Amino acid sequence: MSRDFDWSAFLFILGAVRWTIVLSLIAFAGGAIGGLVLAIARTSRFVVLRGLAAVYIGVIQGTPVLMQLFIVFYGLAVLTGLRIDPWPAVTIAFTMYAAAFLGEIWRGAIQAIPRQQWEAAAALPLSPVAQMRNVILPQAFRIAIPPTVGFLVQLIKGTSIASIIGFVELTRAGQLIVNVTFQPMIVYPIIAALYFALCWPLSLAALRLEGRIDAALGIGKRP
Amino acid sequence: MKYVFQFGIVRDHLPELIHGAWLTLQLSFSAFGLGFALAVVLAFLRDAGPTPVRRAVGAYVELVRNTPFLVQLFIIYFSLPELGIRMEATTAALIGMSLNFAGYATEILRSGIDAVPNPQIEAGHSLGFSRLEIFRHIIVFQALRTVYPALASQFVLLMLGSSIVSAISAEELTGITNTLQSTTFRAFEFYFVATGMYLAMALGARALLHAVYWSAFERGQPTRGAWAR
Repeated sequence: MSRDFDWSAFLFILGAVRWTIVLSLIAFAGGAIGGLVLAIARTSRFVVLRGLAAVYIGVIQGTPVLMQLFIVFYGLAVLTGLRIDPWPAVTIAFTMYAAAFLGEIWRGAIQAIPRQQWEAAAALPLSPVAQMRNVILPQAFRIAIPPTVGFLVQLIKGTSIASIIGFVELTRAGQLIVNVTFQPMIVYPIIAALYFALCWPLSLAALRLEGRIDAALGIGKRP
Repeated sequence: MKYVFQFGIVRDHLPELIHGAWLTLQLSFSAFGLGFALAVVLAFLRDAGPTPVRRAVGAYVELVRNTPFLVQLFIIYFSLPELGIRMEATTAALIGMSLNFAGYATEILRSGIDAVPNPQIEAGHSLGFSRLEIFRHIIVFQALRTVYPALASQFVLLMLGSSIVSAISAEELTGITNTLQSTTFRAFEFYFVATGMYLAMALGARALLHAVYWSAFERGQPTRGAWAR
């Protein structure tokens, strides 16, 4: 017995948007911490640190997120001997994923700071940590904002694959509704529209911020 | 921890995994070809088409870039049959990957087109070239050179993203791995090896694309180093 796609079905889907947002925010926050560590390791003076961070980023960026998700999901089950919930698996997998991408974006931002700034910082009576914290990072932060917002779009879209291991977020909610209404022609375009509503403003913001920061740094547009 | 890893069983099923990886490569290269061809047309229309066409192309690009690939696949594979358009999972995967890649590639090409200096285009006009001739003879090659590294990265993303088509039961590397792990109950081992295969394909593709770039744009050139990395 199938039921029609009605208001309550729509509200169910709308309610699931919050899990997409919550998962994205947790992964983003965790990824920001990991990404900062990775970015600093990638730009450090120590070869071993640089190498380890580069390998981590290379592996994460060189393999599908879906595979990472499966490995965490099944790997945790293997290591603990328990059947684990999708929740810890998706948060761990997406945090690791976000850390690699943010680390790489922020490495680029740190390395974009002109050499003179590093030299000036070193000439002041500041500890290496203070040089990084008070001179380099505040400037790198500004450069990093647009690509970071751009990555957030990628992350929100990416969380849709959490549905594959049964985590109920927006895409999974859509599948569940399709299973009872048999109206994929209505439901999936609505799902797409909701993702679009989440992502498009962020994409526009990233574009505008990029223009503003390019102008501030004197990287003008072509005549 | 009592779990004993058994990679021997993965070795027994290696031919199936390789078969899946081969389909992944076929899908990725085909989608790259189809998607890129479409992107060149779309980039031209966006650059030189009439305003409504330009807007439509812009809308397409934004829609593709701001919705998840998985949902795009669901629309192609599950929604379109309601309109009487049915296809096999592998066909749906190829169409989805091509349309998705075309969206990203159009945007990448546009940045390359914007980077071609205006005086060159004006020179084309003053020689009496049509818009299509200007696009074909002046813009394309230069734009391609500028955007090649970005396109190459996008290709690797396309190949890695293709694992998602397993969700509509396409039997590429991820799909085969899902099947094998569910019959052998050796999930971790199979996913671990499949991930390694993806990594090898991604690194191989990067090296190949780098070599193509070098032979197409840099061989015999006095200066090097346009490659972004």
